Amino acid sequence: MKKIIFTFLFYFLFLIKSFALIEVDITRGNLDPLPIAVSPLHVDVKSDNYKDLKVKELGENISEIIEKNFKNTGLFNPLKKDAFVQKPDIAHLKPRFEDWRLIKAQALVTGKLLIKDEKLKVEFRLWDLTAAQEMTALAFTTTPSNWRRVAHIISDKIYERLTGEEGYFDTRIIYVAESGPKSQRIKKLAIMDQDGSNTKYLTLGNELVLTPRFNPTNQMVTYMSYFRNMPRVYLLDIETGTQEVVGNFPGMTFAPRFSPDGTKIIMSFAKDGNSDIYTMDLESRVVERITEHSSIDTSPSFSPDGKFIAFNSDRSGLQQIYVMRSDGSNVKRVTFGKGIYGTPVWSPRGDLIAFTKMHKGRFYIGVMRTDGTGERLLTENYYQEAPSWSPNGRVLVFYRETKAGDKGEGFTAKLWSIDITGYNERKLSTKTDASDPSWSSLLSK
Amino acid sequence: MNLGEKMTLKSNLKNILLVIFATLILSACSTAKKTGDIDGDVYTGKETVEYLAAGVPDRVFFATNKSSLTTASRATLRKQATFLRKNKNLNVTIEGHADERGTREYNLALGERRANAARDYLMTYGISGKRISVISYGKEKPVNPKSSPLAWSQNRRSVTVKVN
Repeated sequence: MKKIIFTFLFYFLFLIKSFALIEVDITRGNLDPLPIAVSPLHVDVKSDNYKDLKVKELGENISEIIEKNFKNTGLFNPLKKDAFVQKPDIAHLKPRFEDWRLIKAQALVTGKLLIKDEKLKVEFRLWDLTAAQEMTALAFTTTPSNWRRVAHIISDKIYERLTGEEGYFDTRIIYVAESGPKSQRIKKLAIMDQDGSNTKYLTLGNELVLTPRFNPTNQMVTYMSYFRNMPRVYLLDIETGTQEVVGNFPGMTFAPRFSPDGTKIIMSFAKDGNSDIYTMDLESRVVERITEHSSIDTSPSFSPDGKFIAFNSDRSGLQQIYVMRSDGSNVKRVTFGKGIYGTPVWSPRGDLIAFTKMHKGRFYIGVMRTDGTGERLLTENYYQEAPSWSPNGRVLVFYRETKAGDKGEGFTAKLWSIDITGYNERKLSTKTDASDPSWSSLLSK
Repeated sequence: MNLGEKMTLKSNLKNILLVIFATLILSACSTAKKTGDIDGDVYTGKETVEYLAAGVPDRVFFATNKSSLTTASRATLRKQATFLRKNKNLNVTIEGHADERGTREYNLALGERRANAARDYLMTYGISGKRISVISYGKEKPVNPKSSPLAWSQNRRSVTVKVN
């Protein structure tokens, strides 16, 4: 894959004022989303043409991506454009606040863009309509082919300004694209923008691939592949396409994840009927054994400070979630609820562990505090598992399968997301069936 | 409509529901009897089974989340051991599998444990471990794609496959 060149020339047009009236509380389910008007960005008539880009429509297209991002959060209610009363360029200079308040908007996004000398220059402003003042203004320059990312970055800035939390729109999701009949599934690694666009396939489907996971510090990926019928953990650079086996283990390695600093891979190694947890330092190649127990130990996940590891073990008889120090000491079981538990994943904020719970033939995605208290089940279904956190720790993406008939008909696998408030459950649009999602960190960070 | 009529209607409805419920139970019983191929929740039938040679089944089945061998499984594996002793140049791979009702990563480990349970048993009957490799497919390769207890029981298996 070509390296994405993206240079920012950020500069604040105005100082951010901190006494604005509107703000969005995302710690609770929002039943009353904030009405927001996203004006199409004004396209400067002096703009050049650029390749096959439809420059005249670019302002409209960018505003539509922003609206879709906002709508998907469940926290905002983007208003219909046909009620808009001011032209984009005039509104961007200074909106007539009372006109926008008339259509019940509380916030307004305006902007303009110019393509000149193969550069896209964009600026936008966020207006508080109730207080009749500007909240944020930002301008930046990039290559015109990055226009979708421009829309996501604007969305992130507005989300940050209105919620006080980091955004998650300028991100990607890597997953396993599935096709073919259920008993002969073809699986490929695929990557897409968080909003479902720009899908690319990273493997051809010749061998079974599973559980891709992003490095939280860059765009490297670790995953499991059955290449040459040897199930092993691999490392993949999605920008160059280079891949390599992780370590030299005489047996199956699986369930890989990166350490929070991105320097190690933690995974399971299975030998003679016993799976234990190991780490490998990617630079020194030093392998460390973390657990040594006759039970199955798998699905390890580091805490964001790197001091602890949550993992899945059946040492008590059935699958439960355990937490230990990162050197393997001080192992404590943390799940004691009804049913069995799997796939612990530590939140990037450090405060919660997401998990899959199985009870009486139903599957749940939930979150709990890291000592196992405060369990909250967010969603129940026939089959679902493998939660992955948005980089701000507010949303989980996971996959869900449906029941199959006699010949496997009716079977689907899809990606879904849900806020940790338990609200805003939503199916993600993917080109094919999909499973094992992993959410990247912010690309522009 | 007066209160009396309402009550009769209610109790009629209750009776109808009871009849439906009873029919459901009866039909459930009859299907269980008809298949008769699950003991506990271990598959005991012959559907899906292939043979390494006449009278030597290629696979054994497991209970949910378990990797212990049943009496029937041990009998099958002893037949495989006899067959392998007679065919000294033959090597095998044991493929371990799980059903679809578990998390992917745990199932990979479980499949590996099941395949090794079969391998260990063959080794106690004198087959060299060097002749037996194992691979786990977790829940990735169901033999029966249906979402039903019977299909799941057929998918919880370890299969001995000739490699040369």
